Parts: sequence; C-alpha cells; structure tokens
Amino acid sequence: MQPVGAVVPLKVDIAEKTFRSARGVSITALQDLSFEVRQGEFACLLGPSGCGKTTTLRILLGLDKDFSGSFQLPQGGSNRIAAVFQEPTLLPWRTVEQNVRLALPKSLRAKNLDRLFDTLGLAGMRSLYPAELSLGLARRAALARAFATEPAVLFLDEPFVSLDEQTAERLRHLLLTVWSARPTTALMVTHNLREALMLSDRIIVLAPRPTHVLGVFDVRLPRQHRNSQVMSDLLRSFHHRFPDVT
Amino acid sequence: MTALGTDGARDAPPTMSGRRNLATALMPALTVAVSLLGLCLLWNLAASVWPSRAFPGPGQVWQVLLREAASGDLFYHLGVTLGRVAAAYIVAMIIGSVIGVLLGSHRRVDRFFNPWVILFLNIPALVVIVLGYIWFGLNEVAAIGAVAVNKIPNVVVTMREGARALDPSYAEMATVYRFGRLERIRHILLPQLQPYLAAASRSGIALIWKIVLVVELLGRSNGVGFQIHLYFQLFDVAAILAYTLAFVAVMLVIELLLVQPVERHATRWRRRPA
Repeated sequence: MQPVGAVVPLKVDIAEKTFRSARGVSITALQDLSFEVRQGEFACLLGPSGCGKTTTLRILLGLDKDFSGSFQLPQGGSNRIAAVFQEPTLLPWRTVEQNVRLALPKSLRAKNLDRLFDTLGLAGMRSLYPAELSLGLARRAALARAFATEPAVLFLDEPFVSLDEQTAERLRHLLLTVWSARPTTALMVTHNLREALMLSDRIIVLAPRPTHVLGVFDVRLPRQHRNSQVMSDLLRSFHHRFPDVT
Repeated sequence: MTALGTDGARDAPPTMSGRRNLATALMPALTVAVSLLGLCLLWNLAASVWPSRAFPGPGQVWQVLLREAASGDLFYHLGVTLGRVAAAYIVAMIIGSVIGVLLGSHRRVDRFFNPWVILFLNIPALVVIVLGYIWFGLNEVAAIGAVAVNKIPNVVVTMREGARALDPSYAEMATVYRFGRLERIRHILLPQLQPYLAAASRSGIALIWKIVLVVELLGRSNGVGFQIHLYFQLFDVAAILAYTLAFVAVMLVIELLLVQPVERHATRWRRRPA
C-alpha cells in the first residue's frame, strides 16, 4: 500500500560526527557518510562492530543532535518513526499490550491489534509483564510495538543479537512476514552478512572508522526465492565485490 | 473412571497447600501478637513491683484510653494530628521529589545547590519550627510548613539518588515514540522512581509525625502534641501514654491498610519468588 502524494526517500548526508572523550581527545566516528533508502525499501547498514552503525542510527532517531550534516526522513503519509533497539526496551512495569499501545499516537490507541499479535505469536501473552517473557518473546513484543505504530520509516538496531541462531532465524522470518504485510521503508543495522542478504533489498556496506560508505550491494531477487542455493551465490558475488568484508 | 481419578488427584494437593498457606500467612501475625502480649505482661509486672504515679500499668492506661475515647476527645485530637501529618507529608513529598529529580538530572545545578541541601539537612527541627512561628505567626500554615521544611531535604537526597539511577534507554524509547509530557511522567519516570518514593515515604512518615507533635506542643491548641503537653503539666503519665499508644496504633493501621497494599500494587510487575 503506497501512501499518496510526493514521497521523499530516506536521505542521509552526515558530514562529520566526533566524540570528545573525558580527557578532551576527540575521535571522529563518522565522516562524509551519505546514502539513500528508497520508498518502501528494506535496507541494511552492514559493517564490523564498533564502526559507528549505532551512532548513525541514533542520529537518525533524533537522539544525538551533536553532528554536522543533514538527513531527511520520508515525508507524506504518517511522519512517525519507529525503532527496534538492541535491547527490547519494554517498560517492565507495563504489560506487553500496554507497552505496544503506549507507543501508538492517541488516535490509534484503541486500534485492533489481534492480527499483529497473532502473526508474531504473542496472542496469549498480551497481559504478561516483560519479566515473564524470554528474550526472544520480548524481541517479538518490541517488533509488535514498532509495526503497530504504522511508521513512515522503521529503524532496527541489530534486533536479533544475543539470540541462539534458531530463534534468530525464526524471528527474521516473522519480521519478513509483518514487514511484507505493510512494506515500510526500513533501515536495519547489522554485522551479520547472511542476515543482511536474507532480509534486504540493498546493503549499504560501511568501512571502519571514520565510517563512510564503502559501496552499495543491491539484492534484486524477491525474498521468497532466496533459498540456500541462491544465498550462497549471493554470498559469493558479495565477496567478489567486497573482498575485505567478512 | 480415569478422568475421575485424575480429577481427584488434582484436587487433593491444593487443599493441602492451601491449609499450609493459611498457616504460613497467620504465623507472622501470631508472632507479633504474642510478642506484644509479652511486652504488656513485662510492663504490668514492672508497674506492680514499683507502683508509682509516674509509671502506670497497662490497665490504667487502657482505662484512660476508654475514657478519652468515650468523651470523643481522643478521636478529635488524633484526627487533627493525622490531618497535619498528611498535609505535611504531601507537601514535603511533592516539593522534595521535584527538587530531587531536578538536582539528580542536572549535574551543574546539583553542584551549586548541594551545600544548601546539606545546610537544610542539618538545621534542627526545633529551630525551623520556632522561626516558622515567629515569621509567619502561630497558624496552621506555619505549623505544616515548618514540618514540611524539616522533611524536604531528606526527600531531596533520596529522590536525587533515584534520578541519578534513571535508565536513559527508556527516555530514548519515549522520545522515538513521541510520548507526551504527562505520559513520560506517568509511565517512564514515576515507575522508575517508585522504590525511592517508597523509601522516602517510609522514613518520612515516621519523622513527620514526631515533628508534628513538637509543632503542636509549641504553638497549636489541639492535636496529640497539645494533649501530651497538657497532661505533662498535670503530671498524668497514663494519659500521655494513652495518647502516644493510640497514635502509634493509628500509624500501624495506615502502614498495613494503606502503605503496604499501595506498594504491592506498584511492584506487581516484579517477578515474585515462586
């Protein structure tokens, strides 16, 4: 479902972001980082850990305003943003359902969430508190919260780290299912190449500090055709283009 | 048949554990009752060994309590004191929490005002009360204000620690999902501060009622403190004890029927030991 009206993609143009340490030493984290994500596209920021991916995301989320440069979030439709953080960040003192509803704008608070909870396998857990959930289930609740808001753009910060591979894989499939029901411009940060190849339309490969874009790898094949044979082909061609990236 | 059998088997354990639960639930209450009874017996024994007007036994104190209750004086003065305690508590908690959270979340402001906090922490309660009565007159506002001012620094110190311990990731989540101002306070700030609010309340209410008695003794014409002052002049120790014990009992009831249920509700989301 494409929103009507002129839609601007996600455009990022960060000139520089430096951190000043307590001793006054400044470290340049990002330099001339610019990329674009098209409307309705699922993009991944891929790079080794500690290369400033989360910093980039924090800038886009409006949590870090101390940088030079600019970025533009998709306009038109709802101009809400949603995020799935590295930790589920659910309020421990509210139930799963309250956590999801609290993130909704006032006009959507009473909305029917049955489908979403069903899809994510959370139907029986709406009235549980986050402490009663496993990490995998808490991550699903965080996904539910993000998708329930019907955002114009969705940011995901390594949403599947510290899960066992089997649970992570199941969550990736769930993410694809809810995302396909309402394709939203999405930007996911990850250091897992396989994950990026499986989920995204385009992979933005980052070079280490000071972070800038090394190149863009487009995956044009529809997701349902990405079986293990295709995945290994994709991996091979990726390694061919970016021999230094693991 | 099998279904019946399993049903029976399933029914049996809950009643057993139910009875055991009842016993374990009653045990603490029973212990408290026996312990208090022991104290009364010891008191009675001591009073009969050293009979003196200055040391009445529990029987005499009970007599006075009944007399004061029948005349209605007891409830009037208890009510007045309780009202002052409640008013001072509310004022102190609100002002103290706001200042505490402000200091806890702004390091520069905290550095500037920290000496003030230490100064106020160390001003004796009596001085604040006397100055309050001199500056603002012998009235209710001065009385309650003086008690609140005594308590506020303690609340500030506790709530400042609470604000320092706030988890920024919840605030960031609230920013991303555009929580309103009131929603942030209700769903992000207050639940995180709850343990600190509980600690400040607990230590606060005990301190406040003791200071309220002094305030009443020095400048009010009703309340438990006023009555104790009156009976001090009449050298009626039984009446002094009767009023004191009555008020302690009231505070106990408040703890059991108000503070503990509220706390249980506020911490319902914490995982309980199975």
